[in-house]
Amino acid sequence: MANEAPAIELKGISKAFGPVQANKDISIRVMPGTIHGIIGENGAGKSTLMSILYGFYKADAGEIFISGQKTTIPDSQAAIAAGIGMVFQHFKLVENFTVLENIVLGAEDGGLLRPSLAKARKTLEELEQEYDLKVDPDAIIEQIGVGAQQRVEILKALYRQANILILDEPTGVLTPAEADQLFRILGRLREEGKTIILITHKLREIMEITDTVSVMRRGEMTATVKTSETSPEELAELMVGRKVLLQVDKTPAQPGDVILDVKNLRVVDEMGVERLRSIDLQVRAGEILGIAGVAGNGQSELLEVLGGYMDATGEVRVNGTLMPLTGAGADGRSRRESGVSHVPEDRQREGLIMDFAAWENVAFGYHDDAAYNRGVLMDNSAVRADTEAKMERFDVRPPNPALAAKNFSGGNQQKIVLAREIERNPDLLLIGQPTRGVDIGAIEFIHQQIVALRDQGKAILLVSVELEEILSLSDRVAVMFDGQIMGERLPSQTDEKELGLLMAGVSGEAA
Amino acid sequence: MDFLTIIQILDSTIRLATPLLLACLAGFFSERAGIFDIGLEGKMLIAAMFSAAVAYVTGSVWLGLLAGAASSVALAALHGLASITFRGNQLISGVAINFLAAGMTVVIAQDWFQLGGRTPSLFGGARFEPIILPFAEAVADVPFLGPIYAELLSGHSILVYVTFLLVPGTWWVIYRTRFGLRLRAVGENPAAVDTAGVSVVGLRYAAVAICGVLCGIAGAYLATALQAGFVKDMTAGRGFIALAALIFAKWRPWPAMWSCLLFGLLQAIALRYQNLDLGVFTVPVQAMDVLPYVLTVIILAGFVGKAIPPRAGGVPYVKER
Amino acid sequence: MDVVPKWAEVTLIPIISLLLAAIFSAIVIIAIGEDPLNALKIMVQGAFGSTYGWGYTLYYATNFMFTGLAFAVAFHASLFNIGGEGQALLGGLGVALVCLLVPWPHWTIALLFAMIGGAAFGALWAAIPAWLQAKRGSHIVITTIMFNFIGAAVLNYMLVNVLKPKGSQDPATARFAEAVHLPTLHDILAPFGIAFSKSTPANVSLFIALAACVLVWLLIWRTRLGFEIRAFGKSQSAARYAGISGVRITMIAMLISGGLAGLMAINNVMGEAERLVLNPTEGAGFLGIAVALMGRSHPFGVFLAAILFGFLYQGGAELAFFTSIPREMIIVIQALVIMFTGALDNMVRMPLERIFLALRGKEVR
Repeated sequence: MANEAPAIELKGISKAFGPVQANKDISIRVMPGTIHGIIGENGAGKSTLMSILYGFYKADAGEIFISGQKTTIPDSQAAIAAGIGMVFQHFKLVENFTVLENIVLGAEDGGLLRPSLAKARKTLEELEQEYDLKVDPDAIIEQIGVGAQQRVEILKALYRQANILILDEPTGVLTPAEADQLFRILGRLREEGKTIILITHKLREIMEITDTVSVMRRGEMTATVKTSETSPEELAELMVGRKVLLQVDKTPAQPGDVILDVKNLRVVDEMGVERLRSIDLQVRAGEILGIAGVAGNGQSELLEVLGGYMDATGEVRVNGTLMPLTGAGADGRSRRESGVSHVPEDRQREGLIMDFAAWENVAFGYHDDAAYNRGVLMDNSAVRADTEAKMERFDVRPPNPALAAKNFSGGNQQKIVLAREIERNPDLLLIGQPTRGVDIGAIEFIHQQIVALRDQGKAILLVSVELEEILSLSDRVAVMFDGQIMGERLPSQTDEKELGLLMAGVSGEAA
Repeated sequence: MDFLTIIQILDSTIRLATPLLLACLAGFFSERAGIFDIGLEGKMLIAAMFSAAVAYVTGSVWLGLLAGAASSVALAALHGLASITFRGNQLISGVAINFLAAGMTVVIAQDWFQLGGRTPSLFGGARFEPIILPFAEAVADVPFLGPIYAELLSGHSILVYVTFLLVPGTWWVIYRTRFGLRLRAVGENPAAVDTAGVSVVGLRYAAVAICGVLCGIAGAYLATALQAGFVKDMTAGRGFIALAALIFAKWRPWPAMWSCLLFGLLQAIALRYQNLDLGVFTVPVQAMDVLPYVLTVIILAGFVGKAIPPRAGGVPYVKER
Repeated sequence: MDVVPKWAEVTLIPIISLLLAAIFSAIVIIAIGEDPLNALKIMVQGAFGSTYGWGYTLYYATNFMFTGLAFAVAFHASLFNIGGEGQALLGGLGVALVCLLVPWPHWTIALLFAMIGGAAFGALWAAIPAWLQAKRGSHIVITTIMFNFIGAAVLNYMLVNVLKPKGSQDPATARFAEAVHLPTLHDILAPFGIAFSKSTPANVSLFIALAACVLVWLLIWRTRLGFEIRAFGKSQSAARYAGISGVRITMIAMLISGGLAGLMAINNVMGEAERLVLNPTEGAGFLGIAVALMGRSHPFGVFLAAILFGFLYQGGAELAFFTSIPREMIIVIQALVIMFTGALDNMVRMPLERIFLALRGKEVR
């Protein structure tokens, strides 16, 4: 066993994108038949490294050995030939093809489809039996759930006879129960002698399933340890390079009047699917209500309805005033006039216009403001001056109002959005995924700003898929599952396990 | 309107639908692979010019066809270069190709033949001659079926028969072969194709090349079969009608044939009756001319079923982490 | 990250693209046995060497400013309006109806109403595709192409069946009354003692086109509406978040775009032909695409590009007169400009990125 060659060995891999060094002299050995975790912050270079291994990028320097053989991987085809399979964070499936067609695509036998599909159907049955991976081969991808889609991705790799399986953040879209099922499948694969690389930023998963773990920080591999010989605290420190405050300093909330009052809120989408089912909730002045849940359980719809840009039925009151939920007055502009600010979940698609300069983004949504206008024309210099002041107060780097939003880091982009929305002195702040793709330093700053706004007596509705963030920031926690609120808890009287059950749809009484 | 007139109009429909169908299938391959092509018109035009010129100079219509296809493929390659390799705007590239063909055909033809941008008229072996199907003359007098066989089905050039055989051929390639599966996949989600180890660039260039060949045949048909030589702007918007037919058919091969036949019928009627007198009112010829465009707008508006284009259409593929 | 600095993005890339188009045009000219330098000399001489040349150059440039601005405004909203040709055709119909139906006392009032008529008809012709895009999601590129053909047929029908004077064989309207004759540059400049060729079509519309450039600049870069148009064009999802109505922006941007294209008719129909003929636009609507792409959709860029294409059109006409290079050479050059500035811009940008990266690398060290 000890003399066995590693399934994968990387030696001195480096990769730069222009001036950014994404991977610096990385070496790693992954032994066959193990689950090897790779953990690190956003932008630490995990995905770049795996993309090199899967032939998406060519490394500037370094060597790759597969089972002791020096290998070059110029494209995905070479990676597949070397027995590597990859399950991407965003699935690479053709949505209107069947499961079978997706599995066969690129791995056909001969020019005609019929024999290929027949053979794949047979192989699929065997694989299903062997690994407990159930999917209907004739189902259309867009009609099956994300969990099933992920199983298709795994089957795709196995069908190509992959011995090494790389999974990039596989649990991001799964409920805790689905994640457990995935881990059982991975365990089964390990028993069959497959090698698995699991990329994640969740410490819990690393501790639960991996045999070995490597930590990446700022493009470098800082440590590789046996999972059984480490602790979450040690890993967190290795990831960040210093001791991490996992808890936010805050005093107990002093809730005041009800600011947001939601009754029987419902959303039905174009396909006729109910996305929100009778939501009731209240947020008071001076408190943070955290909405926990696995992505895709209605949180985005809730934010969009409250933010004014998704049609719904039911009642939403802000400061006692009824908000229109359809037609005229149901838009972001009217909501802002009613004292609602909104930091959206996806700042690159919604919160910012990536090609606009920082100053234009600061005016964005508030461009009708009298302070930004002089008669019929916009007062661009006034906006620029305001942007400079905001950038200083929120420590945006570089403090250059003329720079396009896309040229700032994730954390600084988020600070621009936050500065724009918070400094409007709203009665209610809607904030979604405040620290997604944000570096640790900025996370602390953003958390402080949110708590400070609460302490000024504002109502805050926080949506996050990061349970830790929800637990450390919220004064109350509501859990969403399948468009419903499964229950409300006080952070001090609950734990991740109980919330996890609620997130999986197990109702409060049973939990 | 007697039976023979109907037969004649339908016969003319087949002739006029042929270039539309060829260009429509050309667009079909390109757009199913995710490359929008509003340059069908230009590719047909340049092929018409080169096929007529080379057929005239060599006296061989087949060499003309080859030259036409080659010139069309050259423009297709330019479109591929812009939209696949350099990830440029496919619409702009298509517009440029239409202009390039409109200008180059006249510049080259004028330099070559000094006839004001025309080619000399083609005779004999420089044109595609009608093929008389077996027993056509023998059965011509059989009532009803005789004229249908002898007048309607017989007597077209080889390109017409090839074109209509291309419809089941295309269907088979797209739905029954590995290439078809990959082609459809690359038009829907190129990332899926790429991560499955198949070259997105290769597939898309292949599709664009097929599009070039088919447009080339369409152009050659115009100049060497339907008419006897090239004249300036002789495609007269057929590339756009083909595009309209493709949308009308919702990017499917059999419906593409029917919509091209429908649009061909409209052209045939407009050609025969300048203003169509329906008794109650008179349909002006302009209305017949624009009917394909109006029908396409109605289809696009989603009033008669929704036309959903290939999802990755028009979007250059960039590898993502 | 932006690798190429902004100044290079707006100057270096268009200039290199233009040079490439010029080089390929020169190759074509050499291939047909002419001397490209001599051709250039004839073109410059023909377009700028006399007030006659200037008159035609500016006449064409006026058309292209209108259609270039039309494409640019829609493009800022990320709407690809290929329908400028049809909108300009319909604008011609609007201008012709205004000029023919009312006995105008003076050209100034006639011009004012002709502008309204041309813009309204052009806007109307853009409104249907715009509405279908905004409400039904119908791809505006295809619908505007279709509307070009439909517009041509409408014009054809109107001229042949309705507007053609009795007994005339020519599918064209009657001549407009003398009172609606627009002052030409000759008329305008004469009082200032400037002698300008009498026989060129350049007219007062030029100044309206220049004013349109300034107004469009103000609209796009200095007003709230322009801000919203650009925001919607850059990110529809962000616009939705901010409460900017996509339907409203799509409609407004296309109405302005179609209106500008329709306005062109005061130049070619009212100013030059003084009657409405078949195909009065002669492709100027399509050329607006090239003008806007070259001018990077900025009104000043559109102005420069319009002058450049005015030069190409007038110079190209002279070329056909003095050499064996046919007039269609202009279309080839136009195609190459669109290709290099619009579709192959990455071919220029990618090597530039490498150069700027290398330069930056040195600075860091």
